[in-house]
Amino acid sequence: MDWGWVQDHLGEIQSLFFQHAQFTLLALVYGFAIAFPLALAATRWPRLYTPILGLTGILFTIPSIALFMLMMPFTGPTATTCLIALTIYTLLVLVRNTVEGLKGVPREVREAAEAMGYRRFKQLFRVELPIALPVIIAGIRIAVVTTIGLVTITALIGFGGLGALFIDGFRQAFGTPIIVGFALSVLFAVAADLALVGVQRLLTPWARGGDSR
Amino acid sequence: MITFDSVSKRFADGTTAVDSLSLEVPDGEIAVFVGPSGCGKTTTLRMVNRMIEPTDGIIEVDGKNILKEDPAELRRRIGYVIQQIGLFPHRTIRDNIGTVPGLVGWDKKRTRERVEELIEVVGLPEDSGDRYPHELSGGQQQRVGVARALAVDPPIMLMDEPFGAVDPIVRTRLQEEFLRLQQEVQKTIVFVTHDIDEAIKMGDRIALLSQGGRLEQYATPEEMLAAPANEFVADFLGGERGLKQLALISVRDVDARSGPVVTPEDTPARASEVAEDANTDWVVVVDDARHLKGWVSIDELNGQGNVGEGDIHAFSAEVHAGDSLRTALNAMVTSRTGVAARVGEGGVYEGIVTHKLINEELSKPAQHGQD
Repeated sequence: MDWGWVQDHLGEIQSLFFQHAQFTLLALVYGFAIAFPLALAATRWPRLYTPILGLTGILFTIPSIALFMLMMPFTGPTATTCLIALTIYTLLVLVRNTVEGLKGVPREVREAAEAMGYRRFKQLFRVELPIALPVIIAGIRIAVVTTIGLVTITALIGFGGLGALFIDGFRQAFGTPIIVGFALSVLFAVAADLALVGVQRLLTPWARGGDSR
Repeated sequence: MITFDSVSKRFADGTTAVDSLSLEVPDGEIAVFVGPSGCGKTTTLRMVNRMIEPTDGIIEVDGKNILKEDPAELRRRIGYVIQQIGLFPHRTIRDNIGTVPGLVGWDKKRTRERVEELIEVVGLPEDSGDRYPHELSGGQQQRVGVARALAVDPPIMLMDEPFGAVDPIVRTRLQEEFLRLQQEVQKTIVFVTHDIDEAIKMGDRIALLSQGGRLEQYATPEEMLAAPANEFVADFLGGERGLKQLALISVRDVDARSGPVVTPEDTPARASEVAEDANTDWVVVVDDARHLKGWVSIDELNGQGNVGEGDIHAFSAEVHAGDSLRTALNAMVTSRTGVAARVGEGGVYEGIVTHKLINEELSKPAQHGQD
């Protein structure tokens, strides 16, 4: 561990970390923007659920490096390529958890909401989504942690956030950048996960200390 | 008033859930829809707030065809209580009760005041407003369900087995509290149950439906018990129809006999005279203010100076004016004296209820059916 190297490269490490965080955040935002309408459609028309889940499932199984190579002819070695890939990988878990969360809303609760005189959209946003929130956030947590890991791989095409440190380290057969990259990405994942747990506790005070029945 | 005019519901798979149903639920009354599963009672209830649309026929609420109204607007004017309660788990009790006021746009202050009022009306602990549904017992949750349905004081309530999910003791209490509340609020209620005893207890009228949504009889519980329209109705009412009739008559409706009464100061000789007149071997003991002390056996008075020195037994069951004759009958069969002592406020003796009295009541011409 060469602390001197760390001191010398503090600025670089910092900007790599921000890039890492930015990619993670953007992938999640884009992913959710795509997954949410898909999930609503799959909830509204259950027949769509299997095909939607199947498609996002197949996308999820494509090895990441293969996906980069497949996209290379179209988008080249750009940040766009990285973001598209990262976004695609979030879809499966985001769609699945949003649908399952909505499906988990007890029938009698939906029925009561309807009988109280909620109209469809208001019922979705005021009753069903809030109740589905713990499951949706659980999906977001998995997506975030997975994405933070995947970003390091995008270093292969030059936009890897902390992953760039691994490549540097390997090239120079020098351990310090690898350790720094490893420690920071793990810390980032853990911190992001804990933050989301906090967000969930804040948003769903009712889910504490027991089941809803 | 809710009016069903030749209402039918056939589902896509060809089954008929409701078959040309016509009946009226008068203002301020509870109409209980009862019948075996598959008789269309829940379907009928859910057609009133358009959760299910009828295939044929017209349903009117206060003379207005509900099919011409906006479903959401209609539902906000109709209270809805179901067995599974369906409280919103993510909202506090206060917000659950305030749901419909919120939807119809009451201001915060008015909603809050109404919610506090309802928490008291339905008998919830004062501090339950800030709790979440899962923190309450089943019985309390059901009270919240009722409060939520009453929030904007809708003229009409739909109740689908509302007390079905709680244990029998809580159920009885909720039923009685609800009947008391209904006397004040006078809602027009469609109440669904599969339990004929609940129907008899809760209903001003009972609509008895059979498989395929046929209306077999629509009558007051008294009429139905005294004169079932057909075999199906009689079967569904079950055995013990006499007992069920007794459950509908209260002790105050019959004139209690004065019974063999003595005071503690009376002599054994006087007591046995009184007993002989009444053709019993026991006497009722009351004090000067006519407070009921109990009863003594004439045999046990042998050798005593006066009645007060004897062994005064408490009546195994005392009944009150508001109790049913069924309760009185139960008191009788468990009592050594074979009668139920009726007491009023402050334990004042009001007389005795005997088998003969009950017999007379059941054989009154007005109550007598075609059997």
